[in-house]
Amino acid sequence: MKTVDQGLAREFGLTADEYAKLLGIMGRTPSLTELGIFSVMWSEHCSYKSSRVWLKTLPTTAPWVIHGPGENAGVVDIGQGLAAIFKMESHNHPSFIEPYQGAATGVGGILRDVFTMGARPVANLNALRFGSPENPNTRRIVDGVVRGVGGYGNCVGVPTVGGEINFHPSYDGNPLVNAMTVGVARQDRIFLSAAAGIGNPVVYVGSRTGRDGIHGATMASAEFDEDAQAKRPTVQVGDPFVEKLLIEACLELMATDAIVAIQDMGAAGLTSSSVEMAGKGGVGIDLDLDAVPQRETGMTAYEMMLSESQERMLIVIRPDRADMARAIFDKWELDFAVIGHLTDTGHIVVRHQGRVEADIPLAPLADEAPLYRRPTAPSPAPAPLGAMHDPVGIEDALVTLIGCPDIASRAWVWDQYDSTVGGQTVRRPGAADAAVVRIEDTTLGLALTTDCTPRYVAADARLGGAQAVAEAWRNLTAVGARPLAVTDNLNFGNPEKPEVMGQFADAIAGMGEACRALDFPVVSGNVSLYNETRQPDGSTVSILPTPAIGGLGVLEDAGSAIGIGLKDGQELVLLGATAGALGQSLWLREIHGREDGAPPSLDLAAERRTGDFVRERILSGAVSACHDLSDGGLLVGIAEMAMAGEVGIKLDVPASGISPHAYWFGEDQGRYLLCVDDAAGLIERARRAGIEARPLGRTGGDGLTLPSGATISLARLRTAHRAFFPALMDR
Amino acid sequence: MKAGIVVFPGTNRERDMAIALKGASGRAPAMLWHRETALPDLDLVVLPGGFSHGDYLRSGAMAAHAPIMRAVRDFAARGGYVLGVCNGFQILTEAQMLPGALLRNAGMRFLSHDCRLRVERADTVFTRGWSQGDQFRAPMAHGDGNYAADPDTLDRLEGEGRVAFRYADGNPNGSARAIAGVFSDDLRICGLMPHPEDLVDPLMGGIDGKPLFDGLVEAFVQ
Repeated sequence: MKTVDQGLAREFGLTADEYAKLLGIMGRTPSLTELGIFSVMWSEHCSYKSSRVWLKTLPTTAPWVIHGPGENAGVVDIGQGLAAIFKMESHNHPSFIEPYQGAATGVGGILRDVFTMGARPVANLNALRFGSPENPNTRRIVDGVVRGVGGYGNCVGVPTVGGEINFHPSYDGNPLVNAMTVGVARQDRIFLSAAAGIGNPVVYVGSRTGRDGIHGATMASAEFDEDAQAKRPTVQVGDPFVEKLLIEACLELMATDAIVAIQDMGAAGLTSSSVEMAGKGGVGIDLDLDAVPQRETGMTAYEMMLSESQERMLIVIRPDRADMARAIFDKWELDFAVIGHLTDTGHIVVRHQGRVEADIPLAPLADEAPLYRRPTAPSPAPAPLGAMHDPVGIEDALVTLIGCPDIASRAWVWDQYDSTVGGQTVRRPGAADAAVVRIEDTTLGLALTTDCTPRYVAADARLGGAQAVAEAWRNLTAVGARPLAVTDNLNFGNPEKPEVMGQFADAIAGMGEACRALDFPVVSGNVSLYNETRQPDGSTVSILPTPAIGGLGVLEDAGSAIGIGLKDGQELVLLGATAGALGQSLWLREIHGREDGAPPSLDLAAERRTGDFVRERILSGAVSACHDLSDGGLLVGIAEMAMAGEVGIKLDVPASGISPHAYWFGEDQGRYLLCVDDAAGLIERARRAGIEARPLGRTGGDGLTLPSGATISLARLRTAHRAFFPALMDR
Repeated sequence: MKAGIVVFPGTNRERDMAIALKGASGRAPAMLWHRETALPDLDLVVLPGGFSHGDYLRSGAMAAHAPIMRAVRDFAARGGYVLGVCNGFQILTEAQMLPGALLRNAGMRFLSHDCRLRVERADTVFTRGWSQGDQFRAPMAHGDGNYAADPDTLDRLEGEGRVAFRYADGNPNGSARAIAGVFSDDLRICGLMPHPEDLVDPLMGGIDGKPLFDGLVEAFVQ
């Protein structure tokens, strides 16, 4: 038996000050189990101790927000008495150690956060960041993560409809796997986690508890070193079949009046679920670990309390409904065990084999949890990019960009994800700027996207944070949806480094500005810090700061959603101002091999004005296809629309006064391409609304014809676009 | 048309199938739990897609031994019609109600994209909504769709006109003779890998799968 002292506390991730605070609360040396409970509840992952002061500054309310941050997931009103429940969560560290299980359990965990609130999951998305394609490890990690996401999502029968993928060397030793789930529930059937009712039984359902994932939350709160592989035992193993049964059994139970409170056992398993449920309800909880269904023999209280075995839920139930509830779980062949009850002591008391293994007052465990306002240091402002020459010409640059890792077709990935199960997928991956899923038995559509441009955030965190929010809002707008709310997944490096904390604070400030300007509040989220890799020489490599934004919007009529594919015989119009901003552009990176300059600026008032105009035009029926401009700029956006619609275009562009490469590949923000019958009418309306608009040319044929007269065939573009993933993965 | 859909633990396309059947017949199908031992009065039993029992042993192997499968077998023996899609097709081969087996896709990866199917014969209740040689689009979503049988069995299936559907644009999963679906010897049981039930609404991208369900309804009305 290990001796509990400050040395062991340090091994468990607690600082000397935190351990002293623990001693003050307990008034004695804690048991090993108690130390374990404190260490996970006070870990960065569970306590948000470095991020809370900043997260509080984000806007979280709107008339349509039903539950903001603080519950298992965010809840928004989508009309017709229904609510969308959604959240995004990271599983970064496990996905480097064991890519398949890391990604799979990431999907499983976020699904539980959503169905624990009473929602049937209707869509999954995932935002993935991998290391350089040249790094020999990248292929293995991409393969495992994609198989893991698919292996879990396909089996549970929730369509994977969207997401994003970036490659950058900063993710070589620390890929990002951010999984998002969206569910739908009746507004009068939303389940919360605050326990109530002294004496009410506490029920454990789902998989049995094993020794997997012990201290996963602590592992997720430290940077990686060269011994990362030795941490494999802290990675959990997923069972999507049990998850599917758990979804059906919980939803069946939720149709009754049996449940008082419910929470999934996610990070820190039984500890966090019991502590949070009792803590939120202001009650005490007694747990009898002898009653916990176990898959291994000889487990200690410490192991059971810290296990992160997957597919488990904790439910406080009405005592008179226990038999009925047990019958439902028997039907689905899932374990169902009463493992404790609520008390009026305000303590969590854990008993095992006749001994009290832990007895902790809950209020101070939560109220006195560490909270740090860590020092921040500003990042140097990026030096402006001077005038850039064009070494390759427009044609070659387009072909290079359309096939580069960050723009190339993701079909190789999507083709491994079931995107149609459920029979409600209106717009599949790649067909539109946001995925669109109809809500069964209604006309409502949900539009879903995930977005972030990490290289912008690295160059200017405030701007990059705002840009990520604006990009998500734009993608929802471009299908015709009304953007409602955001879930965020904030992936950063070591918060104890002032420059990283500075990036974090600045990115949140930028996100907050954009969320306020666009009426697009944050309703749920997750923070992942310590995304750094220690090199053998002792230096550390931090990821590009990556505040991934998951956006959700609604369409009254899912049938009014439009995609990006050009239609033949129409006109293409560009809305929004073009200045030719090449700083931090993909053109600069792919053609010049440079990652510098200032990212394109953002005008949130113009953003709002342009987006609202675009949405109104789409819903009026005047627009047949719409695409917002992002990575790669105008010509890449046109090429993507042409490939999606299998229709070419003859570009006939009035002189802009901007050099051609800056015009075609600059990444100026707040712009949309609209395919319409009546270009002149659209442009006139836009001018009246104070929005810059330009005709780009008439659609038709099977190539992109540039104003110079040169034509790039769609076949050539398609070949370049599709080559990257198979070349990387199938060699 | 009175249809019933069997739900096994891990089945996940039962709602898609119910939508397609109800859309064609105007009548919600009965949902049948795998532990039941008797069927209600039905024209058609459907085994839908999913991952029954997680497909942890072999796809469909556990479900083939579910209590309800004895009733389904008896129903078929009495002349009832049975449709198995994806995992349902796998279950029917594991139950030896259809010949052959579905192996891991040749590329060893899960495949989820639209494929084109060719209708090999149109004089069955399952294919009467098409003409022979018609091609239609259907979403695929499977890891184990590589149809395999010994050469004699394949020759017999071809000779007896028991190939229902073939992949018409390449052979995405490596199936023997590009077979995507087969019939039993009495043409009353049909299994196929792709999902016509997910393409019955223009909003979801097309109605290519609708003739299967409209044809079934017509057959049972007569």
